[in-house]
Amino acid sequence: MAETTTFTNATQILEPFRGVKRVTIEEYFTSGHRTCQGCESALVMKLMVKASGPRTIVLGSTGCMYVANTTYYTTPWVVPWMHTQLGSSGSAALGTAAGLKALMRKGKMKSESINVIAFCGDGGGADMGLGAISATLTHKEYNSLILLYDNESYANTDIQLSGMTPFGANTTFSPPGKAIRNIHTRWKKNMAGLMAAGHPECRYVATVCASYAVEMMNKVRRALTIGGPTFIHSLDPCPKGWDYDPMLSHELGELAIETGIFPLYEVEDGQVKYYGKTKAIVEGRARKPVREYLLKQGRFAHFTEEDLAYFQAKVDEQWEKWEIPAVVPFRRLDATRAALSAK
Amino acid sequence: MAVVTPAAHAASSEEDKELLISGSEAVAEALALADLDVVTAYPIRPYDTVMQAIAKKISGGQLVAEYIVAEGEHSQFEIVKHASTVGARVFCGSSGVGWMYAMECLVVTPPLRVPMVCLVGNRALDDPGAFGVEHNDALVVRDVGWMLCWVDTSQEALDTTLIAYRVAEDRRVFLPLAISADGAFLTHSQALTMVPPKAKVDRYLPRYDRGDLLLHPDNPITVAPQANEDWVIEIRRQNNEAMARAVTVIEEAYADFRRVFGRGPENPWFEEYMADDADVILVGMGTISLSLKVAIREMRAKGKKVGLVRLRWFRPFPTEKLVAALSRANAIGIIDRDYSFGSPFGSGVVANEIRAALYNSERRPPLVSFICGLGGREVTLEDVYKATDMCYAAAAAGKSDSKTHWLGVRE
Repeated sequence: MAETTTFTNATQILEPFRGVKRVTIEEYFTSGHRTCQGCESALVMKLMVKASGPRTIVLGSTGCMYVANTTYYTTPWVVPWMHTQLGSSGSAALGTAAGLKALMRKGKMKSESINVIAFCGDGGGADMGLGAISATLTHKEYNSLILLYDNESYANTDIQLSGMTPFGANTTFSPPGKAIRNIHTRWKKNMAGLMAAGHPECRYVATVCASYAVEMMNKVRRALTIGGPTFIHSLDPCPKGWDYDPMLSHELGELAIETGIFPLYEVEDGQVKYYGKTKAIVEGRARKPVREYLLKQGRFAHFTEEDLAYFQAKVDEQWEKWEIPAVVPFRRLDATRAALSAK
Repeated sequence: MAVVTPAAHAASSEEDKELLISGSEAVAEALALADLDVVTAYPIRPYDTVMQAIAKKISGGQLVAEYIVAEGEHSQFEIVKHASTVGARVFCGSSGVGWMYAMECLVVTPPLRVPMVCLVGNRALDDPGAFGVEHNDALVVRDVGWMLCWVDTSQEALDTTLIAYRVAEDRRVFLPLAISADGAFLTHSQALTMVPPKAKVDRYLPRYDRGDLLLHPDNPITVAPQANEDWVIEIRRQNNEAMARAVTVIEEAYADFRRVFGRGPENPWFEEYMADDADVILVGMGTISLSLKVAIREMRAKGKKVGLVRLRWFRPFPTEKLVAALSRANAIGIIDRDYSFGSPFGSGVVANEIRAALYNSERRPPLVSFICGLGGREVTLEDVYKATDMCYAAAAAGKSDSKTHWLGVRE
């Protein structure tokens, strides 16, 4: 048996920023956008390219980070940027990376490391573009990062529910009414876990939250260092879609992690590593009750105690019953578990 | 499989070699000569024979390119679109409903000014599932800025592929181009084809230069920011003008092709077969020309002066030249291998385009509209004789009826 079957395609080393004071001062996403007050996704864009540096091409699929950022005659992007279709972040990353690779290896372009980052929202990434992202994560010869900024709704088109909208949330497609309190009863997709478990040759999958900015930038740098196709899922509180005071964006990001609703982790070459307060939870710290997070948001204002209890039970389940807590929702049969421990 | 014929022993790098190859294989030969950079494949019959041929060229070392098997046509076209924006020469293609699945990506390429070249192996749209040829698949992009042409032989497929890159990648144009080849009749049928040497192709086809539109860290542009009523109409106008400029660029590209390769038509836009002195001119696109030419020879032998205009280019549409060629006849019969339900007179797309083109002409011969050969049904000599008789009747009456006649259909 071969010693390793891991395919490596690394072309550069982007060292992690050792603390916030060591972060580069240059900005590659600056003024020129018109995102909402308190927009966490705009911060994600800024940190994403700050982490990647100037030798970067960014592809942006349709969504609020397209429409609110890039209006003709203005642009916040200092690095080259191009629009791609709603479901095309995977294809945009793959095509751009393939074009660069072809030209470099045929001597038609100067050979160097150029970071290719495609971003998508939760609608473009987890709904429409899932197939293309999945395909791209299997094309290990092409280096790219797909960053999913998840504000848990189609926030550009009037806050409609997506496959990533939490259970029960009030959106324009799921308004609570007298006859039906919760139209939206689906549980949110486990997107990062899905990408990591489903693409064994994708060497790096991570979750991030811009409330923890240095960690977030370092995960971007790690993804771009390891090479091949990589995936990062960012949870982005959205004042407009979640209905809260814009000053609470940072705090809501923290609460999402402290309640255990959104775990911070990375999966590098199949190994799960928890980060920050998620790591503390794994090591035994108590999770905050989900109601502390949910009741700060207008989208859950219609929730009854029964809804809150259901939500809490679902989150408890992902920590107490999942084989890899908050990452992989499989459970081994008791018999299998017993047999394995008997060995 | 390509079969090398005795004429293919050409040792000199300046001589053509003659191969027995299908239309799809001929396109693949041209792509290797054009030093393609990125190609994306996804299976659907009949166009996918070109991807099979390219895959063999890549595994055999005759072509160095990124060869990506996509997970659907939408991604297939998006991947090459993005590869083209960083300066790669790209190729893609599809057929029938596969082409339709990519539709979103097809409409964005012209305003992005992406000069991708594609092969459409024309196929009937579902439902029912059908493999045979109809032209409706390629024709759906006729309004959105794609250049569209139809080829008739393996040789024409090869030559047109080289011409296509020359035209699409011309900075005056920068528009996508689809080469349509009738499914099965051309994609899968072999014919002797002259394959030029690389040295000649290099003299003909310059490197793709994306210029100031190149997406690269050294040229940090923002591509396709959102625009609304403030700018969209100007962007459409730029597309329209690029399509208008393509007319000159196409004529230059054919003239240069004849100079470098010593073959190719004087008139890029359409082939005229016994049309000079014809009383009745039949018009069609693609391999339907075979039935038409055989029938015309038979009818000529019986004293009927019938001719053919086989349209190569549909976008840009050769309005003036086509009107000049057709208006001298006493009657015109347009044979569409497509449909446009609910259209004026219920005619096919080509018939109504030609009606529109003739509207301002001083001489407007009676025009009889036919739909024939849908789903790959054989177009018989009887079909052609019947159509020609109806055209003669219209010529005698000095006017045509306003119906569309379906030929070879069970009534």
